[in-house]
Amino acid sequence: MRDLVESLVSQLRTIWTILLHSFTKAETVQYPEEKPYLAPRYRGRIVLTQDPDGDERCVACNLCAAACPPDCISLQQGTREEDGRWYPEFFRINFSRCIMCGLCEEACPTNAFQLIPDFEMCEYERENMIYEKEHLMIDGPGKYHDYNFYRVAGMEIEGKKKGQAENEAEPIDIRSLLP
Amino acid sequence: MSDFWIIVFAISVMLGAVGGAAVTTWFERRLLGLWQDRYGPNRLGPFGIGQVAADMIKLLTKHDWVPPFADKWVFIFAPTAIVVAMLLGFAVVPFGPGLQIIDLNIGLLFFLGMTSLAVYSVLLGGLASNNKYALLGGLRSAAQMVSYEVFMGLSLMGVVMLSGSFSMADIVESQRDGWYCFSQFLGLFVFVIAAIAESHRLPFDLPEAEHELTAGFHTEYSGMKFAMFMLGEYLGLILISCMITTLFFGGWLAPFSLTFIPAIIWFSLKTFLVICFFILLRCAIPRPRYDQLMSLGWKIMLPITLINLVITGAVALWIAGA
Repeated sequence: MRDLVESLVSQLRTIWTILLHSFTKAETVQYPEEKPYLAPRYRGRIVLTQDPDGDERCVACNLCAAACPPDCISLQQGTREEDGRWYPEFFRINFSRCIMCGLCEEACPTNAFQLIPDFEMCEYERENMIYEKEHLMIDGPGKYHDYNFYRVAGMEIEGKKKGQAENEAEPIDIRSLLP
Repeated sequence: MSDFWIIVFAISVMLGAVGGAAVTTWFERRLLGLWQDRYGPNRLGPFGIGQVAADMIKLLTKHDWVPPFADKWVFIFAPTAIVVAMLLGFAVVPFGPGLQIIDLNIGLLFFLGMTSLAVYSVLLGGLASNNKYALLGGLRSAAQMVSYEVFMGLSLMGVVMLSGSFSMADIVESQRDGWYCFSQFLGLFVFVIAAIAESHRLPFDLPEAEHELTAGFHTEYSGMKFAMFMLGEYLGLILISCMITTLFFGGWLAPFSLTFIPAIIWFSLKTFLVICFFILLRCAIPRPRYDQLMSLGWKIMLPITLINLVITGAVALWIAGA
């Protein structure tokens, strides 16, 4: 009998609580009119960034393609004749596969790969979701303003010999006995 | 009323009931949204009322499919039965003084009969689909009907005792000196619960039970046949609300002698509030388990009804003797 009364009271209290919700505000974000807040580090669309000098950062190392869980990145490495820098001959991301996990961004050794707070990629045709290099490249360094891979890396390119990078010692002369 | 006007009135009641059921689908979703802290359909038209038309177009243009393994004629008959039965139930509803399609002297029994017939639709739909989920839904519906039909009728006998008539118009007239929701409180309580079970609405929608039985008895239905089941359910909701208003809340009688407002407005307002209450119940209370439903029916509701019946009978006799 006591259980019965208790459960009845519990049901009535539930109904009352729900009735009080008539006066609470809806939680819904009316999306197309009202945009949700996206954090600056939100992982959305992928962009390729450039050095502060305006040269492309990507060295076509393929680490992003290797890290990508759904295998949506495809690129071809090439070497530039005039200065010996590596660059992607083509760079293709199939955004209809991309899950925006950001593993490519973490894998990228040159900070070229960056995910930006934009997820509004809608197309009527599936082919349009495949972005080529010219669609991905932006005119700027993205989140890392001063970083320039070739200025800190040991690789020799036109205009920068071995040992001339930042924080890099001169190469040891293996033919000399001097310390 | 002359024959011609009765026909006109009957057709307008039918159209009103069907239209009301269509609007109720939208209204219910909005109200559920309000109570669940969201908006519900609010895009199409003012307050999203265009959703009704959109849903209708969607259902009309859907492929009207009869599964090859189903019992074809029963499968087609089942959804019509519920709509026909529920619409027939509206024949005895007194919308106002004299505003009644037919004032049967057994109006209450007619209503109980029609709502019971509606259960056949669910049963046949479940059987004819030849699908396990549907069969389970039909089975549950049968068990639910057997247990709740008993005291649904009995809970109304208190009202009949006090008013001394089965006719709906007489029952409304006899509430001039006090609505039966006070004197027949237990009857109202039991009838509301039985009515929910009878119209298969949440929290007693065990025959449908989306979370366990996909869609229960109408798993195999699509297009207009599915829409007929939905229409029947919402017609049932409106009919039951009309009945609760008529039997327990004074029907078209105005409270506090506010008679300058027309009777039909009072009737609609009361029915509207009862519908809101049913939607609130749907929103608030989770679905009980199958055996809990049965034990609630036989162990609690039936004794309450019988106690109510005995007390009401004793009081009625005492008043008559005094």
